[in-house]
Amino acid sequence: MTVRELTYAQAIQEALAQAMDADPDVFLMGEDIGVYGGAFQVTGDLVHRYGEERVMDAPISELGQAGVAVGAALAGCKPVLEFQFSDFATLAMEQIVNQAAKLRFMLGGKVNVPLVMRLPAGSGTGAAAQHSQSLEAWFAHVPGLKVVQPSTPADAKGMLLAAIDDPDPVMVFEHKLLYKMKGEVPEQPYRVPIGKAHVAREGRHVTVVATAIMVHRALEAADTLATEGIEAEVIDLRSLRPIDTDTIVRSVQKTTRLACVYEGVKSLGIGAEISARIAESEAFDYLDAPILRLGGAEAPIPYNPMLEKAAVPQAPDIVTGLRNLVRGRI
Amino acid sequence: MNAFGSIKPNARPFYQNHSSEELLQALRRMYLIRRFEEGAEEAYMRGLIHGTMHLSIGQEASAVGATMALRRSDYITSTHRGHGHCIGKGADPKLMFAEFFGKEEGYCRGRGGSMHIADVASGNLGANGIVGGGLPIAVGAALAIRKKKRDDVALCFFGDGASNEGAFHESLNMASLWKLPVIFVCENNKYGMSVSTERSMAVANVADRAAAYKMPGIIVDGNSIADVAEAVTEAAARARRGDGPSLVECKTYRTRGHSRSDRNRYRSKEEIEDWKARDPIPRFEAELRAYGVAGEAALTAIRESAEAEIAAAIEFARNGTDPNPADLIRDVHSPRAA
Repeated sequence: MTVRELTYAQAIQEALAQAMDADPDVFLMGEDIGVYGGAFQVTGDLVHRYGEERVMDAPISELGQAGVAVGAALAGCKPVLEFQFSDFATLAMEQIVNQAAKLRFMLGGKVNVPLVMRLPAGSGTGAAAQHSQSLEAWFAHVPGLKVVQPSTPADAKGMLLAAIDDPDPVMVFEHKLLYKMKGEVPEQPYRVPIGKAHVAREGRHVTVVATAIMVHRALEAADTLATEGIEAEVIDLRSLRPIDTDTIVRSVQKTTRLACVYEGVKSLGIGAEISARIAESEAFDYLDAPILRLGGAEAPIPYNPMLEKAAVPQAPDIVTGLRNLVRGRI
Repeated sequence: MNAFGSIKPNARPFYQNHSSEELLQALRRMYLIRRFEEGAEEAYMRGLIHGTMHLSIGQEASAVGATMALRRSDYITSTHRGHGHCIGKGADPKLMFAEFFGKEEGYCRGRGGSMHIADVASGNLGANGIVGGGLPIAVGAALAIRKKKRDDVALCFFGDGASNEGAFHESLNMASLWKLPVIFVCENNKYGMSVSTERSMAVANVADRAAAYKMPGIIVDGNSIADVAEAVTEAAARARRGDGPSLVECKTYRTRGHSRSDRNRYRSKEEIEDWKARDPIPRFEAELRAYGVAGEAALTAIRESAEAEIAAAIEFARNGTDPNPADLIRDVHSPRAA
């Protein structure tokens, strides 16, 4: 299998093209995804290769687009809907939460809603409070949705292809700071299963469960800590619903310490869920330290670059947190 | 021709364009809806079913008239007041009652109840508990029809209340922009729960809003099955020709309250009685007699057969299978895990 280096955005575009090549029912819809190429240039020139019928620019009507995608999915198509920013999914909550997530269940399992939503998320771009949120845990609270957050170009492609294959609605949160990140990506189509975490770095002193951009910051922190003799095991969660509890439990049994690092607001977020799962599991008795959560500040994302950085965990914060956890200073 | 003589030549197109069998089938469906809802109401009073329900008694002409213009492969989306739409599209009252009773035999295996009855096999994409929820879904179904090069249509039932939702604006704009085969059928029964259209809409008619989306907006007497069917038939033909969507507003009335909790404090007895006098069923019967489609004996036979079918449906539902709590989460996701 040929493997090249692609950016995260290019890897997504390749997945979209391969999905459209393989299945005439797949089509893309969103705002400015046509000749503009998408706000983050993910769809790029796809409209020229596949035409406006399959790469559809839609009016700025997020609720309507989500509903149209649900209806098209019920009637046999496989829509891939791009939200320009994940924040705008708040305008489409009705169709995502009341319809897409519940239709199969409400109708007694007699229908499928094979709908994929792609949502650029996260802070770090200076776009302030309404264009920088990390709302993935909200949606992961809803049975009927699957929620994934690939952190590498290879996973971005493989998980998107798995999402398009999936008979149920899947939300793919793409961190905006990852779009330009490069990584090795196999050329042929392949699938990365939804619901499986990935051990991005092995270690024996502390388990760090991280999502999206935080995986990279946790890996950077782990490199620093390695020079001090602290070996952190970094787990890329990849999927918020379903959660791969087994991988985390096994890791905590080995390392005896757990930290959760995520960009969403710290309280009532994914860190709370992972902490609770460990507290409920056989790994609880193995814990040698309290669980650490490093999450977003209890505030909207601010504009000023210094404040914006301060609002979400950075690599030095993770280094300090993990060091204290392992050295018993918590 | 039929057993009771030929349809009179002065009859309007509705009577000329449908066979006697189709017309009598339509009357039977109106009866089925009426008896279904009366039966459901009674079962609720007797404590046999729980939850809530929204009855469409008085609105049968719009449900049956609109669906008469459709084929089985056409789609509908429906509302919280959707029992009539289901029966109009060909659903089996036995399986609807089983759903009311929360049984495995029900259309949704007892998971949906009154507000979520769907029959995908007959093109019914489902009732909907959210006001306006079905509007963009119908547009999406129409988009799929276009993509798959079918000549079907998607008919979206909604109420006057839904036309005040943002989903209405977004859906009608997209449907017209892309010239999709959608028929927006508004059942304007004058009230969004308790608030009248006068108190909730800046314009007098929902159809007035169609101009903003460059589509025809037609107002019909929603209690005349002929009026409704003729308008929707024309809208369906337009949609199938590729000329885009239409909005048909059926002026009608629900003689029952909004739901089980309604104490009718927002409308007068006189108003309710006035509308009861315009009951669409006797009106249709009178026309069937006048145009020579059916005599008294045939009408009685239809009435009785509808009553018998509903009684049998309730009996079927009462004897249905209760779901197993162990299967609670079974249909949250499809069995083929990704």
